Amino acid sequence: MDFIDIKHVNKVYKNGVTAIYDLSLKIKKGDFVFVIGGSGSGKSTLIKMLYREERPTSGEIFLGGLNVAKLRNSKVYKLRRKLGIVFQDYRLLPKLTVYENVAFALEVIGAKKDEIKAKTLKAIDLVGLKAKTRNYPTELSGGEQQRVAIARAIVNNPRLLICDEPTGNLDPDMSKDIVKVLDTINKEMGTTIVMATHDREIVNDMKKHVIALKDGRLVKDFEKGTYDNEVV
Amino acid sequence: MKLFRMFGRNIRDAFKSVGRNFSLSIASISCISITLIVVGLSLLISYNVNNFTETIKKDVTIVVFLSQDTTEEELGTIKDEIEKFDNIASIVVKTKEEAKKEMMLESEIFEATMNTWPEEDNPLRDSYLIKVDDIEKINETVELIKKIEKVEVVDYGEGMVEQLIDAFKLVQRITLVIVIILIVVTIFLIVNTIKLTIFSRKREISIMRLVGASNLSIKIPFVIEGMLIGTLGSIIPIVVTIYGYVAFYDKFNGQVFSPLFKLVAPEPFIYIVSAIVLVIGIIVGMFGSGRAVRKYLKV
Repeated sequence: MDFIDIKHVNKVYKNGVTAIYDLSLKIKKGDFVFVIGGSGSGKSTLIKMLYREERPTSGEIFLGGLNVAKLRNSKVYKLRRKLGIVFQDYRLLPKLTVYENVAFALEVIGAKKDEIKAKTLKAIDLVGLKAKTRNYPTELSGGEQQRVAIARAIVNNPRLLICDEPTGNLDPDMSKDIVKVLDTINKEMGTTIVMATHDREIVNDMKKHVIALKDGRLVKDFEKGTYDNEVV
Repeated sequence: MKLFRMFGRNIRDAFKSVGRNFSLSIASISCISITLIVVGLSLLISYNVNNFTETIKKDVTIVVFLSQDTTEEELGTIKDEIEKFDNIASIVVKTKEEAKKEMMLESEIFEATMNTWPEEDNPLRDSYLIKVDDIEKINETVELIKKIEKVEVVDYGEGMVEQLIDAFKLVQRITLVIVIILIVVTIFLIVNTIKLTIFSRKREISIMRLVGASNLSIKIPFVIEGMLIGTLGSIIPIVVTIYGYVAFYDKFNGQVFSPLFKLVAPEPFIYIVSAIVLVIGIIVGMFGSGRAVRKYLKV
């Protein structure tokens, strides 16, 4: 079954810039997908439309049966609870510890205290940060901060993990670590992962489903693709 | 159950974040304090001014003299007739005998002269002392009374009363306008200060949205925090109101310039003003945060 089904999506920003032209694609459940493309290729717009930060101008986006394109502002939170999102700049709260940052995602949705504790510790363990549970984000390296962000994204057992250039601020070794963590999550928890990146090495190493965008158009959609093959 | 849990967390978080954003909280709290002090003072003043005017208004009396040949029976029927008018608060009959006694008590000269009057030949007149409900309609009431047979003289200090009424109206209007302007300015100031403090927490709000907090659950902690800040901000104004007013009252022995201008007794007056100040603080705090957060809740 297709978990993500994008049908004839166009996106025109208010300033008149067209970011996406007639995009249609399908992503299977449990898939690990790289979205690649240069600056201005529309990959960020596509990612933003998946978590409903942006709305398509026309077309439909189905996410596990839910039409994300038609979702009202006041209902967006229902979608977000089923997703995990990871950004290039981590977006952690600097005044909270690692534990509190991860637990935050469960607290705001009103989970029970012991449930929060169990899930939070499990997620922190999964990303390999058990020893830094009580540290503050400023005391961590970039790679560690990104792992905290991943732990926060997966603590709620989302069916989909969206990553917008998660390795953009990291050196190659740390980047590999992060992708390894994501791969583990994909395999162990069966979480579908959509990751926007322009890191050639990672894409080539992983041999995963690759979607290439150029100037807002879908140029390649490979089951086991590499970066080199693409006309990026 | 979930609701209670969220509520408990919200209250805990409100206290935490007032502490965490200490300098900004202090800024909001002192802004609220200063403006609420001004609001409290203007409430005290306007209420007292109102009180002066009310006392003076209540003092205005219409004196109605009846003609010499009025019988005791007529005295009663005319009284009943006047009582049927709309605007009558009270009517007291003062017979010529009572007037005589009163005057005799006032001075020895009167006493000496009046003692020579025979009992049945009293040149004084029976009269009514009338107080009205609405002083602004005193003219109409007087006109009605004048039309009654046997009524000879109606006196209520014409001219003087109208001038007083106009002056009171003006004073009341001015104080009302000042209080309203102050409250509006307070709200504006507080909303802006809270907006500033929330602007610095834009990131926190965006992360909350990201991890799936509903708009309401984002808003509630900020609203509770606003209430808390409003409450903390009204402590000093309440202290100022209570101690300041009592000290002022004691210093002037409860009146300003003359016994005519009596100050309102401190109890329960100061507690009412304090409660109003507290309620304004809380509502404005809530309202301010609520509005300020709303700006960041759109996608």
